[in-house]
Amino acid sequence: MMNQYETVFITTPVLSETQMKETVQKFIKILKDGGAEIVHEENWGLKKLAYPIQKKSTGFYYLIEFKAEGDTIQKLETEYRRDERVIRFLTFKMDKYAIEYSEKKRSKKEQKSEE
Amino acid sequence: MAQNQSEIRYLTPPTVEIKKKKYCRFKKNKIKYIDYKDPEFLKKFVNEQGKILPRRITGTSLKYQRKVAKAIKRARHLALLPYVTDMLK
Repeated sequence: MMNQYETVFITTPVLSETQMKETVQKFIKILKDGGAEIVHEENWGLKKLAYPIQKKSTGFYYLIEFKAEGDTIQKLETEYRRDERVIRFLTFKMDKYAIEYSEKKRSKKEQKSEE
Repeated sequence: MAQNQSEIRYLTPPTVEIKKKKYCRFKKNKIKYIDYKDPEFLKKFVNEQGKILPRRITGTSLKYQRKVAKAIKRARHLALLPYVTDMLK
C-alpha cells in the first residue's frame, strides 16, 4: 500500500546555499532509494523560528510531498536524526482531505504565476 | 400600591440581551482539513499567551476542535507557533 506523506524539516542557518541544496538532494535520494515517488517540493527559505532551537533563532524550511511505503518513513527519520544539519523534522501522513487541500493550493499558485 | 408598581421607570431602557448563536466555522464553510503550515490562520484559535482557546469560546464543534488542537501542536513542533509567549497578538 502506497500512502501519501508530507515531510517538513528545518536545517541550521549556518549552511550556505549549496550546502542546503546538498542536504535536500540527500534526503530526496534516500526517499527515491526507498521506492518513493516525489509529488511536490517546496522551499520556504530562511524563516524566523517562534522559539530558539539549539540556540538558533532562524532556520531553512523545506517541504517534500511524496508517495511511499510505510517502512520508508523509518529510514527517512533515522537519517534525519543522524544528520546534525537537521534541527527539526515532521512527517505527516496525508488523508484524502489533506491531499485535496494541497492540490487545490498548488493549482491556485500555478494560476497566480501564469497571470 | 398596585398603581405605583406599574410606574417604575428606568433611566435607561432595559436591554434584553440577544445571544448570538455560536457556530462552527469549519462546518459552516465546509472546511475539511486544517493546515498546520498556516500559522496566521491557527492564531485565531489561541490566546495572547499562545494557549489553545476552548470550544465554549470559539464555538468549534468537537470533531474540528480536535483537529485544530492537533494542527496547533504540529505547528508548535515546527516552531511556526510558540509554546509559550506573551503578547502574541
